[in-house]
Amino acid sequence: MTWTRDLSMLFATLFGFWVLLNGSLAADVLLVGLITALIITLLFRNSLAVVSELRMTPRALMTTLGYVFFFARELVKSNLNLARIVLSPALPLNPGIVKVRTRLKSRMGRLLLANSITLTPGTLTVDIDGEWLYIHWVTVDSADIEVATAAIVSGFEEYLEVMYG
Amino acid sequence: MMASLLSVIGGVLLVAGAAFLLLGGLGLVRMPDVFNRIQAGTKATTLGTLLSLAGIACLQPAWTLKLALIGLFILFTNPLSSQVLARAAHRAGADKSPLTAVDLLAKDQLADDPKGDRA
Repeated sequence: MTWTRDLSMLFATLFGFWVLLNGSLAADVLLVGLITALIITLLFRNSLAVVSELRMTPRALMTTLGYVFFFARELVKSNLNLARIVLSPALPLNPGIVKVRTRLKSRMGRLLLANSITLTPGTLTVDIDGEWLYIHWVTVDSADIEVATAAIVSGFEEYLEVMYG
Repeated sequence: MMASLLSVIGGVLLVAGAAFLLLGGLGLVRMPDVFNRIQAGTKATTLGTLLSLAGIACLQPAWTLKLALIGLFILFTNPLSSQVLARAAHRAGADKSPLTAVDLLAKDQLADDPKGDRA
């Protein structure tokens, strides 16, 4: 049953964080952690979408790994790009807010997409309205929805679609 | 030998992290409006902090797991807070740089609510 699976996942994650952050296996520390994790689990039982909405197939896990590498590369590119803009005396900007569309349906997929977009070259998610995302873009190449979607969303979407749908 | 190699790598990572944080600060000063500033702030602090954490992990290998957790929290919360700030700024009608080419969000909101009286 997925409901018990979600609850035990949330509990295990919280307790895992507690143990790692405390770095101690003393009985009293563990006991406090157990109780706290249990209470939080019961209060927030619908909130661990990161894990519970992830598809637990080998393909999804492989894709997650690919996503991490792709994301790391984009993050570095993003910073070099920003460094280039900030350090050039003319400050070459062409900012604007464009609109893109995502095929992702799940909440978690959309959250990760919005976060990823914010951390990649020159783009910042400003608002989400259903399948539409409004993106602030430091150097607007095109305000056309199709072109902007291809440039900003498609790279991540390929991965996230397999991971979360 | 191994330890000194690690401390060299750690030092390099720390300097790189600090350099990106410096660039982010410079971006905050130089960028023309709130949205561009948030852009500069978010990306640079995320990579800068992650590199610094990686550098510390090389210098103090025993802390690696905790540092990785901190990195994970930053990866999730940093962009989120920026997005919320950007959305609030846009709703509050923050000034946009005169360079701004298009604003489809403002356009769509105007189309939904021509008089602008939706609270």
